[in-house]
Amino acid sequence: MTINFLINLSYIVAAILFVLGLKKLGSPATARQGNLISAVGMLIAVVATLGGKGLLPWTYIIAGFVIGSAIGAFAARKVEMTGMPELVALFNGFGGAASLLVGWVATYAAGNSTFINVTIILSILIGGVTLTGSIIAWAKLSERMPTKALMFTGQQIFNVLLVLAILGSAVMFCIEPSNPVWLWAILGLSLLFGIMAVIPIGGADMPVVIALLNSYSGLAACAAGFVLHNNLLIVAGALVGASGIILTNIMCKAMNRSLSNVLFSGFGSAVTSSTKVEGEVKPITADDAYLIMEAARSVVFVPGYGMAVAQAQHVVKELADHLESNGAEVKFAIHPVAGRMPGHMNVLLAEASVPYDQLVEMDDINPQLPNVDLAVVIGANDVVNPAANKDKGSPLYGMPVIRVDEARTVFVLKRSMGSGFSGVDNPLFVGDNTRMLFGDAKQSLSHIVGEFKS
Amino acid sequence: MEAIYLSFILVLSIFLGFELISKVPATLHTPLMSGSNAISGITVVGALTAAAAVVENQQIAHILGGAAVALATINVVGGYMVTDRMLAMFKKKQ
Repeated sequence: MTINFLINLSYIVAAILFVLGLKKLGSPATARQGNLISAVGMLIAVVATLGGKGLLPWTYIIAGFVIGSAIGAFAARKVEMTGMPELVALFNGFGGAASLLVGWVATYAAGNSTFINVTIILSILIGGVTLTGSIIAWAKLSERMPTKALMFTGQQIFNVLLVLAILGSAVMFCIEPSNPVWLWAILGLSLLFGIMAVIPIGGADMPVVIALLNSYSGLAACAAGFVLHNNLLIVAGALVGASGIILTNIMCKAMNRSLSNVLFSGFGSAVTSSTKVEGEVKPITADDAYLIMEAARSVVFVPGYGMAVAQAQHVVKELADHLESNGAEVKFAIHPVAGRMPGHMNVLLAEASVPYDQLVEMDDINPQLPNVDLAVVIGANDVVNPAANKDKGSPLYGMPVIRVDEARTVFVLKRSMGSGFSGVDNPLFVGDNTRMLFGDAKQSLSHIVGEFKS
Repeated sequence: MEAIYLSFILVLSIFLGFELISKVPATLHTPLMSGSNAISGITVVGALTAAAAVVENQQIAHILGGAAVALATINVVGGYMVTDRMLAMFKKKQ
């Protein structure tokens, strides 16, 4: 009794520390401390649990800790910042798998009530969907499988049958919990359902999928908390669940699409624009670009994922430093879907030592752009497409974009003419105030940096 | 009654989560995701005790429980470490 009391008391402390940790994530200045506080909460929860009764045999516990810590620490140290979406996708999957296993273990306990059985099913179902869904998302992100939406005839009928089969097995499991057939059916069908849910989603929509799976991994922990009557699992799982849902919602809004449209429509496979872009492209050389940059008093960089692919963020930072010492005000405008997961571009720029007070969100930079001398678009396309504001025939119409066309001059750094991820033409490229700087972004920028130095 | 009591906690926690997370700036959304990965590793606490009520099939339950401990520990250790690594890079202008 007293041991149990103490354990639950430390669970309250752990919950408080999780909440405080997330609160400190409200500002980049306190975020690192917040993460540490959250980790201390986790340590307290684990140590308290180890002091209680009914534990696994110590050999299993130690083996689990050693293997898990080794893999976790290795992955956390080795991962490149560009590979962060893949890592988060995999971690989501592991979290789901752990909850699935906890639900599975609970089926072997004698005398489970129907309520417990229902929560066991939820734990296995959500955990299983999170596991295989995340593996597919990881494979698509790392291009280990085709990134395009995978559709086949009868897919919807198959999915409806799959859901019915899961419901049927769930009911049978509650009626006959001792018959292992239903447990195996739920396990297998849940894993299959995760695969079926993610394969029809295109690679460009993976940011939304990871955010959603992040939420599921939390909800799976919640379900496991119901199985074990553990408040801490419910509280922590709910916090993660809420976080994933908010991020999913932000991503969907930034793409001007509903969640059901992302999940079921197979966008990203083929889009045709109804209006043709006509006009003259005005190229510029790096030497001329330097002259304009030198004269500019305010410069806004608009990076897209193409910048990270070209590993150009470091030379961009160098150029920004030269512009600043030349007296210009420099900012970086970040679209919510720049990069391959929420906030990805900010991390990539932070890695290149760009201070976080120079990173400006889309809604804050847009009103300032008419007063900006020069906007430099690097490896971004759809997120600066003015057709999203002006052309009702464009598939992007209604999507919030960074309105670089309102700046006095726009440079677009691009390898060649061609459309973006969505395959939509971009009228920005033929704008009166737009100059195209063709070629490898890194080389062009290095050239300009060289001119600043000389 | 137990079901109601647990649901009560769930509902309040979700509302708390919405309040907390909506204050996190977009700049920190990637560390937020990896950090919440680590928090969802709280399942490790459940994995440690899940087999307590198992009488028959103990061997299987222990193996599954041990695997759950390992998977959740990957989340906890990897999640907190990678989040710290990222947050250390966010610097203010000198």
